[in-house]
Amino acid sequence: MSDATASGIASAAARSNRRDIGIKRRYAAERRFKAYGIIAIGIGLCFLAILLWSIISKGYTAFWQTEIRVPITFSEQILGTPEDALKSETKLMMANYPRIARDGLVKLLDIDPSNRKAVTAAGKLISSGTRVALRDIVLKDLSVIGTTQDVWLYASSELDSAMKGQYDLSVPENRRPISDQQLQFIAKLKADGAIAQRFNWGLFTFGASSRAETAGLGVAIIGSFYMMLIVLALALPIGVAASIYLEEFAPKNKFTDLIEVNINNLAAVPSIVFGLLGLAVFINWFGLPRSASLVGGLVLTLMTLPTIIIATRAALRAVPPSIRWAALGLGASKTQTVFHHVLPLAAPGILTGTIIGLAQALGETAPLLLIGMVAFVVNDPATPMDPATALPVQIYMWANEAERAFAERTSGAIIILLAFLAIMNLTAIFLRRRFERRW
Amino acid sequence: MSTPTILLIVFAISLIGAVMAYRRASTLAAAQATQLHSRPVYHASYVACWATIPSLLLLAAWLITAPILISTDIRAKIPEETLAQSELTEGLAYGIVESLGSGLRVLPADERETVTDQTPVKDLSALLRKRGVPVASAGADWMVPLAVELNALQVISRWVMTIAVIVLAGFGAGWGYKKIAPRLRARNSVEGVVRGALIAASSIAILTTIGIVFSMLFETVDFFSRISPAEFFFGTVWEPRFSAAGSTGSAGSFGFIPLLAGTLYIGAVAMLIAVPIGLFAAIYMAEYAKNRSRSVVKPLLEVLAGIPTIVYGFFALVTVGPFLRDLSTEINGLVTGNYSSFIQAQSVLTAGLVMAIMLIPFVSSLSDDIITSVPRSLRDGSLGLGATRSETIKKVVLPAALPGIVSALLLTASRAIGETMIVVLAAGVAANLTLDPFQPMTTITVKIVAQLTGDLEFDSPQTLVAFALGMTLFVITLCLNIYALYIVRKYKEQYE
Repeated sequence: MSDATASGIASAAARSNRRDIGIKRRYAAERRFKAYGIIAIGIGLCFLAILLWSIISKGYTAFWQTEIRVPITFSEQILGTPEDALKSETKLMMANYPRIARDGLVKLLDIDPSNRKAVTAAGKLISSGTRVALRDIVLKDLSVIGTTQDVWLYASSELDSAMKGQYDLSVPENRRPISDQQLQFIAKLKADGAIAQRFNWGLFTFGASSRAETAGLGVAIIGSFYMMLIVLALALPIGVAASIYLEEFAPKNKFTDLIEVNINNLAAVPSIVFGLLGLAVFINWFGLPRSASLVGGLVLTLMTLPTIIIATRAALRAVPPSIRWAALGLGASKTQTVFHHVLPLAAPGILTGTIIGLAQALGETAPLLLIGMVAFVVNDPATPMDPATALPVQIYMWANEAERAFAERTSGAIIILLAFLAIMNLTAIFLRRRFERRW
Repeated sequence: MSTPTILLIVFAISLIGAVMAYRRASTLAAAQATQLHSRPVYHASYVACWATIPSLLLLAAWLITAPILISTDIRAKIPEETLAQSELTEGLAYGIVESLGSGLRVLPADERETVTDQTPVKDLSALLRKRGVPVASAGADWMVPLAVELNALQVISRWVMTIAVIVLAGFGAGWGYKKIAPRLRARNSVEGVVRGALIAASSIAILTTIGIVFSMLFETVDFFSRISPAEFFFGTVWEPRFSAAGSTGSAGSFGFIPLLAGTLYIGAVAMLIAVPIGLFAAIYMAEYAKNRSRSVVKPLLEVLAGIPTIVYGFFALVTVGPFLRDLSTEINGLVTGNYSSFIQAQSVLTAGLVMAIMLIPFVSSLSDDIITSVPRSLRDGSLGLGATRSETIKKVVLPAALPGIVSALLLTASRAIGETMIVVLAAGVAANLTLDPFQPMTTITVKIVAQLTGDLEFDSPQTLVAFALGMTLFVITLCLNIYALYIVRKYKEQYE
C-alpha cells in the first residue's frame, strides 16, 4: 500500500521529468520535419541546376562555327566565262564548287595535288555547304570569275568538333573521326591564322540539312513565329470574349455550367490528344495541308484557349465591383460598362495570361508531331500554308541524329528556345509588376 | 472571284454604310433638335452589322454546302458499268475527275475552249502537264465530260455566290440605313449582336470537346470494326505490322496491356519520386520559409514547370540515361567484379526520374496554394494548445488540406499519364511487359506518335489504332480530372 503510494509519488516525479524528455523528442521531430522540407527544396533546385548546366555546357559551343580562310580561284575552266554565264546560268548553278574549294585549300596547305589521299583528307575539312556559299558569291558578282579571292568557308563538322576539343585525341587514329594527317593540316592552318571561330549566324538562318554545320533553325523559327501569330490572333479575342461572357453576362444555368466544366477539363487534357483532333478534323476533314504552320497554329490555339480564359477570368474578377456599380449608376449599359471600364482595367492581367499561354504553346511538341511538322524543310516557308517545322520539333528531330555535332546543335537550339521563353515570361512578370493595380 | 476578295468587298460596303449612317444620324440629331436614342456610333455599327452578318453567313453556308451538292451531282453521273470494269473505287474516280476539273481552271481561256466532251483524256493530261498540274495516270476518256461539267458547275456556283453575297451585303446596308431614325434603339440591337458573339466564343470550349470526342470516336469505331475490342483491351502482345498497301497479310497484334502497364509503371515511378519532394517543398514554403526566401525559391521551382517537355526528353536522352547506365556499370563492377550495366540507357527508371523532375513544381505549387488557403485560426488554435509546428502541420493543417492535396495529386497523375516527349525520348519503343524498372517499356503516348509519324493511310488498322489509343488516354485522364473535381467539391471544408 505504502509502496504503491511511494511509487505513485515517484511516478509523478518521473512524469514531470518525462515531460522534458518528451519535449526534446518532439523538438527533434520538429527539426527533422523542417530538414525534410529543406532537403526537398534542395533536391528540386539541384535538379534545376543540373538540367540547365547540362544543356548550357553542351550547347554554348554551338554558337561558334569554325571557318577557314581559303584563297579561292574562280577558274573559267570550271565555271565558264562570264559571257557564257550571262547566256545561261545552268553551268554556274551546276558547277563543281566543292572542287574549287578543295583546290584552294590544297594550294593553301602546299599539298602535292597528285597525292590523292592527302587531297581527299584536306577536302573533308571543308563543309559540303560551301557549294551554296560559293555559288552565291559568283551569282552576285560575275566579275569574280577568273580571279583569286580569300573567302571564309565553313569547316566540316568533324573539324569544328576537333577545334572545340570534343574528340578524345588519345584513342588510336582509326577509332576517331579525324586523322593525324588532318590534325597536321589544322595545326598548319592555325599557324597561318587561316582558321577562326566566328559567331554562327547560320544556326539562326539555315533550313534543314543532313550535314550538321549547315543545319539551322531558320525554317523552325519562321514556322514558330507564324504559329504564335495565329495563336495570338485567334486565342486572344476568342478567349477574352468567352471570359467576358462567363464572368460578366452568363446567367447561372446548366449551359454555363457545362462550359465551365469543359474549360477546366480542356486545360487538363493531354496535349497529344489535341494533335489527334487536329489530324482528324483540320487535315482529314477540312483538307488543310499537312506540315503547314496554319494547322499547327489552329491546334495550339485550341490548346492555349483554356489557359487564356482562366487567366482572363481571374483578371476580370480582380476588378472591384464598385467600378461596375459606378458606371451602371451613371447610366451606362451593361456592355458599355464592361467594354469601357472593366476590360481596360483588366488588360494587364489579360496580357500577362496571354503571354504565358503563348510561351506554353511555343514549347509544345507532341501535337505538332502528329500533324506532320516533322518534315525535312529546306526552304523558308513564305506563307502559313507552306510546309514548316517548329522550334521544339526541330529539337526533337536533331535529338534523334547520331552525329556528335548534332548533339551540340540540339543543345544550342534548346538554349535559343529557353531564351525565347525566358524573354516572354520576364515580359509577363514585368507587365504584372508595372501595371497591376491593387484595390 | 476569290473568297478574300469577296470578304474585302463586303467589308468595304459595310464601312461605307457605317460612315453614311454616322453622318445621317448626326444630321438627324441636329436637324430635328431631338435627342437620338443611341449615339451615332451605334447607328454606324448597326448598319455595319446589317451589311456583314447576313452576307457572311450566306458566304459560309455556300462555301460549305456547294462543294457537297456539286460532288453528289457529279458522283451520280459516274457510269457504274465502266467504273466496275476499271478497278477504281468511286472515291478514287471522283478524285481524278476533280483534279482534272480544277486543272481546267488553271488553263488559259483559249486552251480551255479547245477542251470539249469529246477530247481524249490523253490530250487533256498533256495540256495540264504543260501548265505544271500533276495528273493521275488512271484517267479515262469518260471522265473528261464529267470534268468539264464539274468545272462549269463550279464556275457558275462561284459567280452566283459572289453576286448573291455582294447584293445581300448592299441590301443589308441599305436596309439598316433606311431604318435610321432618332427613336431607333440601335445600341440595344448592337449590344445584342455583341452578346451573341460572346456566347459563340464561349461555346468554342464545348465545340472543342465535341470535336475531340467525335473525331476520335469515328476512327475508334472504324478500328474496332477491324480488330475486336477484346483483342485490343486484353491482348498482351503489341506488334502492329506495317503491311504493304493492298496486301492482305495479317494486321499484326494490337495488345493494349503492355502499353498500359508501361504508362502506369513510369507514371508510378515518377509520382513516387515527385510527390514526397513536391509535398515537403510545399509544406516548407508555406509554413516555415520566410517571405524573402519564399519569393526566391518559389519562382525558381516554377522555372522547372516552364521548361518545355522536349527539353526534359533531351536531358534524359543525353545526360540521365547514360549516367544511370554508367553508374550501374560501376556498381555492378564493384559488387560482382563484372563490369556490365544492368540499367539500360532507355528505361522505366530514366523516364520516371526525369518525369518526376517535371512534376515536382506541379505538386509543390498546387499543394502550396491549398496549404496556404487553410485558415490561420486553425493553426493558431493548435499552436495555442502547445503543439509544435510540425505537429500542427501533421495533425491539423494537412488533414484540413487533404481533399485539395489529393485532387492536386490526381491532376498530377493525369499529367504524368498524358506526358509524351519525355517518354518518346527516354522510355524506349519496345512494348515489353516486365516488372524490372531497369528495362525499357513503352507507353500509350509513345505508340500514338510512332503510329502517326511518317506516311499515313487512313484506312489501315495501324493508323486507326492511334485513335483508339488516344480515346483510351482521353477517357483515363478525363476520369482522373473529373474525380479530382468531385473530391474537392465533396470534401471541401467551408471555413467562412
